[in-house]
Amino acid sequence: MNISSHPASVIDRRASIWERSFSFVRRQPMIIGPALTLAALIVMAIAAPWLGTVDPGALDPAARLRDLSPEHWFGTDLLGRDLYSRVIYGARVSLIVGFTVALLASAFGILIGVISGFSRWLDPVIMRIMDGMMAIPSILLAIALVALTGASMRNVIFAITLAEVPRVARLVRSVVLSIREEPYIDAAIIGGAGPIRIIWKHVLPNTVAPVTVQATYICASAMIAESILSFIGAGLPPTVPSWGNIIAEGRMVWQIKPTLIFFPALFLSINILAINMLGDGLREALDPRLPKER
Amino acid sequence: MLTYVLRRCMATLPVILVVSLFVFSLLYIAPGDPALIIAGDQATPEVVERVRHSLGLDKPFLVRFYEWGWNIIRGDLGRSVLSGKPVAELILQRIEPTISLMALTLILSVGIAVPLGVAAAWARGTFFDRFAMIFCVAGFSLPLFVTGYLFAYVFGLKLGWLPVQGYSPLEKGVLPWLRSLILPASALAVVYVALITRITRASMLEVLSRDYIRTARAKGLGSLAILFVHALKNAAIPIITVVGTGVALLIGGSVVAESVFALPGLGRLTIDAILSRDYPVIQGVVLLFSISYVLLNLLVDILYTVFDPRISY
Repeated sequence: MNISSHPASVIDRRASIWERSFSFVRRQPMIIGPALTLAALIVMAIAAPWLGTVDPGALDPAARLRDLSPEHWFGTDLLGRDLYSRVIYGARVSLIVGFTVALLASAFGILIGVISGFSRWLDPVIMRIMDGMMAIPSILLAIALVALTGASMRNVIFAITLAEVPRVARLVRSVVLSIREEPYIDAAIIGGAGPIRIIWKHVLPNTVAPVTVQATYICASAMIAESILSFIGAGLPPTVPSWGNIIAEGRMVWQIKPTLIFFPALFLSINILAINMLGDGLREALDPRLPKER
Repeated sequence: MLTYVLRRCMATLPVILVVSLFVFSLLYIAPGDPALIIAGDQATPEVVERVRHSLGLDKPFLVRFYEWGWNIIRGDLGRSVLSGKPVAELILQRIEPTISLMALTLILSVGIAVPLGVAAAWARGTFFDRFAMIFCVAGFSLPLFVTGYLFAYVFGLKLGWLPVQGYSPLEKGVLPWLRSLILPASALAVVYVALITRITRASMLEVLSRDYIRTARAKGLGSLAILFVHALKNAAIPIITVVGTGVALLIGGSVVAESVFALPGLGRLTIDAILSRDYPVIQGVVLLFSISYVLLNLLVDILYTVFDPRISY
């Protein structure tokens, strides 16, 4: 048998993480662009104070609605705040919400999915609850939750996570159900492995690829959800410079100052586009057979 | 056939029950006293007590849920805390722009996306196909207020072809109604078109590799007949599924679109209710949207049998 014709064996188990990453990127050159864009945005968010920004909340009533100029690269808003600084700091909010929701939703989704996939008597109960939650359009569920619990970063993250968990749980459950019937699980049981060991060693590794891809899309949709929530006034408090908040404030005067909406919208779109394209690339690389829908 | 429809309807009932229970308990899983939340921060103890009594908070949870559910079945969604008007009445006043917007978006999206997806699958690997797929990723990534304000700026403000904002009711004439909805519906359609095009293309690609397509081609049928008669009918199930589930995007989107284009619909009602913490109204709108969504997807399940009669057995 010609070993090199088998793609999985190209990545040797003992290959270093760098070699593996290199071969991964070589197979999927499509993800380089979005990955670099996302990396640039992350660097921008972390390095925000050193990128020629001023305090994004600093008011300057004398300099309201200024045009683009060397002092104010993107102009100023209704209250005279520097739009460039606000947009750069806005990246922090968007990335924090996106990544936290993706992590939390994956963690809870895996937990619920594994329990549901392994427990024959809990499964129908859990799945009916998940069906019910998925029947409420996710943005609507988030709106209702934030409207109730009040505008804060923690509540926004909680609301979006709750709306996304059922999707991951369903995905993980479907993986668990198919893995459970594999002969190697029987072999492990005969070999004396306990349930914890079977889940940890044999089931969880199989969920990594699909959940990673799903988490990427969740990250993107959480960023969109955060901006929508902030835009309609059920998101972060107005003092936080999030892209949705900046767009919401620009709404009053967009007909005379379209740049107030253009710049935050541009960064938001680039950010989400990069993450969605990264997700598509990861899906192609990790498992081409994964379903095409989200 | 009838058995299948009945079975699907029966399967929908528990989902509706869970949705209602969830929407109902939203008020109680929130931290703090719901009566305090509804009454607001500056309420006096008497006001809080009155709110508590009007909500029936002194009764057990399941009793309250039963009473609430029974009232809803009779069409009583409770009363707005702010205006004191029945929630059902407020919703009826605002429902026309939202239904108009969503219906127009649905027609527009399916009308564009299905031919686009079929064409992309037919021209697989060409420049056109690439272009369509790039459009899909981009369409999926552009938040609605980006496309909304872009369309309003270009077609409303700069070119002056269509009204920038506002709604003209259907009773004042079909043409002004249509003109006021074209921009919001187009902006809302972008995401939906991207979603449907992607699925149409994937589903068509699978069907086009089947033997019966080769047979159809061998007996001399034209490309159009093969694509739209033989292939599309067999590729229809995933497409109508995503049309149904994608309505969730439309519902969230309509809230934003109504805000960008100043349409006095349910989205506007929701935002106003959020700002004034009018909880019964929020609950009513969320329940209405969710149950409509469930029922719409029930309809999709039943539509399956039209495209694939095997499903009803």
